Amino acid sequence: MYRYDEIDQAVVDQRVAEFRDQTRRFLAGELSEDEFRPLRLRNGLYIQRHAPMLRIAIPYGLLATRQLRRLADIARKYDRSFGHFTTRQNLQLNWPELKNVPEILEQLASVQMHAIQTSGNCVRNVTADHMAGVAPDELDDPRPYCEILRQWSTLNPEFTYLPRKFKIAVTGSPEDRAASEVHDIGLHMQRDAAGNLGFKVFVGGGLGRTPIIGQVVREFLPLTDLLSYCEAILRVYNRYGRRDNIHKARIKILVKSLGIEEFRKQVEAEWAASKDFATQLDMAEVDRVRAFFTPPAYERLDDIDAAHGRELEFQTWYRYNTRPHKVRGYRAAFVCLKAHGFIPGDMTSDQMDAVADLADRVSFGLVRTTHNQNLLLADVRQTDLYDVWVELKRLGLASPNIGTLTDMIACPGLDFCSLANAGTLNVAKQIQKQFDDLDYLYDLGDIEIKMSGCMNACGHHHVGHIGILGVDKHGEEWYQITLGGSVNGFTALGDVIGPSVKQDDVASTIQRIVEVYRARREDGERFIETYRRIGMKPFKDNVYVQNSAAA
Amino acid sequence: MSRILRRHEFVEDDWVTLGADASPGDDAAVIVPFAKFRESREAFLARSGRLGVLLAPADKVEDLAADLPRLALVALQFTGPGEGRGYTAARLLRQRYAFKGEVRAVGHVKQDQLYLMARCGIDAFELAPTEKPEEALATLARFKVAYTPGEPIPSALRERFRSRAG
Repeated sequence: MYRYDEIDQAVVDQRVAEFRDQTRRFLAGELSEDEFRPLRLRNGLYIQRHAPMLRIAIPYGLLATRQLRRLADIARKYDRSFGHFTTRQNLQLNWPELKNVPEILEQLASVQMHAIQTSGNCVRNVTADHMAGVAPDELDDPRPYCEILRQWSTLNPEFTYLPRKFKIAVTGSPEDRAASEVHDIGLHMQRDAAGNLGFKVFVGGGLGRTPIIGQVVREFLPLTDLLSYCEAILRVYNRYGRRDNIHKARIKILVKSLGIEEFRKQVEAEWAASKDFATQLDMAEVDRVRAFFTPPAYERLDDIDAAHGRELEFQTWYRYNTRPHKVRGYRAAFVCLKAHGFIPGDMTSDQMDAVADLADRVSFGLVRTTHNQNLLLADVRQTDLYDVWVELKRLGLASPNIGTLTDMIACPGLDFCSLANAGTLNVAKQIQKQFDDLDYLYDLGDIEIKMSGCMNACGHHHVGHIGILGVDKHGEEWYQITLGGSVNGFTALGDVIGPSVKQDDVASTIQRIVEVYRARREDGERFIETYRRIGMKPFKDNVYVQNSAAA
Repeated sequence: MSRILRRHEFVEDDWVTLGADASPGDDAAVIVPFAKFRESREAFLARSGRLGVLLAPADKVEDLAADLPRLALVALQFTGPGEGRGYTAARLLRQRYAFKGEVRAVGHVKQDQLYLMARCGIDAFELAPTEKPEEALATLARFKVAYTPGEPIPSALRERFRSRAG
C-alpha cells in the first residue's frame, strides 16, 4: 500500500497543528460556532445528536493492520469501543469529545491517517472498488489514481470552498463495485483503440434529495490528463455551481440545468484554455505511486476445492462470503459486519484488533473496507480459508449473508444522527429477524436493501433493489419503500411503491414484496431482473391489498 | 484608512475604494466596483491616478481581461465564509492573464483562509475587523509543504505535480 514520504507526513502534521489551534480558539471563545463550523467540517467533525461525530478517512478503503489497531485503540480510548464503517469506506466515531479531537488526529497522523476533508464543501475521500488489484476482470488497479487524486485534492487552494461537497470514485473493472455513477465524478478505467489506459469520465451523479445518475462527459481521458481534466470540471463547478440554495448546489444540478452537452463544452473549453497552467501528472509520478501497489509476494499455488469434505456451515460461508481472486490458490474473504442485532457497518475495538491479527497471519497485513459496509481480507490462501472462517465465526463476523437481503446498507439513523427523520437500527434488526432462515434467504438470492434515515441518502436507498427511506410523519417514524434501484453494472434509481409504512410494518412489507418475486420469477432470474420484467404493479397490488386488509 | 496585509507586511492602505457617490481627485489611486467601471470605462481609464477594479463573486474575470494591462490592482470580494469563487478568480488572474498587479482579498477575510488565498495568488488582504493582525500574518507561514504548486511555498520543495508554467 501507499506509504507516506516526508511531504505527505508534513501535510498531515501541519493540518493537525492548524486544527489544534482552531479548536483552541473556538474553546477560548475567539471563534464563533458559525466561524468554527466550516473549519471543523473540513476536518470531518460534525456536531451530532449526542456529541461530535468524527469521520476518519480511509483512502480508497485500504488499511494496514497497524492502522486498524490504531482505530481500535482510538475508539476504545476516546469513544465507546466501537466504530461505524460507512458506504464511502470511512470510519465514524459517534462520541468523541471536541477537546480530544486534536489528540485523536495526532494519533491518526502517527500511522499515516487523517480526517482531512471527510466533510465540508470540498473534495471528499476518493473511493475505489474493494476488489481493486485482485479482481479477475480488472483492467488496472484504480488505487494509484485514487492516491494521486487524494494528494492533489488535499488542501487544494482553489477547490476547498466549493458550492457543496464533491465525491470522486474510481473503478478499474467493468463491474462497478464502487457505485461510481452516483458520484460527482466517476472514473471508469478504459483502454482506447491503441490499447492505452485512461478513463471514461462520468459527471453529475449523486443521491440525496435529487438522485441523478452520472452522465458521460468524456469517453476517453488519457491517464496523465487526469488532474488537469478534474481541475477543469471543478473550476467550471466552482464558478457556476449554485451557492444560493444548499439543496441545488451539487454539481449534478449544474449539469442538469446546463445539459450535458453544454456542460461538456464549458469543461472542454476550460481545459483547453488551462493547458499551459493546469496541474500536470506525468508518467514518472504515476509509476512512483503505482510501485506502492505492486502485488504482494504470492506463493505459487494451485486452486483447491476448499469446501470439499467440510461441514455445510463452512460450505455456505465459502459460497456467500468469499470471492474469486485473480491469482491461483487465493480467494478474497469478507469480514461480515451485518450480524443479527447489530447496526450494519458497526465493529467493536476488540473485533478490529482480532481482525488485524488475522490479517497479519493470512492476508499480508492488509484489510479493506467496502462500499457495502463490510471488511475484506483480499489475499487469503485457499488452504487458510477454513481457519479464517473458524476465527471470524468466533468473532461474530462470519454471518454467511454477503450479497443477500440481510447484507443491507444503512446509515446510523435517528439514534445517532441529528439530520435523520427516522431510525434505521430497529428496522435493520426487524429485517434480520424476519429473514433469519438462511435457506429462505439463499432462495431469494441476490437482493440489495439500502436504507437511509433521511433524504440525504447516506444509506443510498435510491439505488437499492429495495430502498427504504425514513420519513417523519407528524412526529412518527415512517418508511417509504422503493423498488428497482441498482448501481452494479446498470445504474438505475428506484421507483416509489406507494404510501409509506409504519416502522413495525417494514419487515413484513418487504416479505410481501419478495413473495411476489418468488411467485413470479423465471428460471435463474434475480429479484432486480424480475422487477424490470414485470414492473411495479404486481408488487404494489400485493403489498397494499394486504396492508389495507390488515387495517 | 485601514491597514492592509500586503506581501507579509502591514501597510497603510494607499487606495480609496469608490462608493456610489464619491468623486476623488484625478490623481488618487481608486478601486472601482466592476459595474461602475463598466458604466464609465473610458473616463476611468483616462484618469492619471492608479486604477483598481473590485470584482464581486459573480463577476467574470474574462470580462475584465482586455483592461487588465491598465490596472494596478484587482480586488476580489469575499461575501461570506463559504464563498469560494474568488479563489478561482485569483488563479485565472495570475495564470491565464498573467496579471502582475496587486490582487487583494476584501470582505469576509479571516485568518483561516489566508493561506489558501495566498496560494491562489492573492497578495494583499483587507482583514475583517475582528481579525488579530499578528495571528493572521502567522497563518501565512503555517504550511511549509503543499502538494500542488502555488504562490508562497518555495519551489525548492519537491513538487510532485508540476505546473508547466513552472
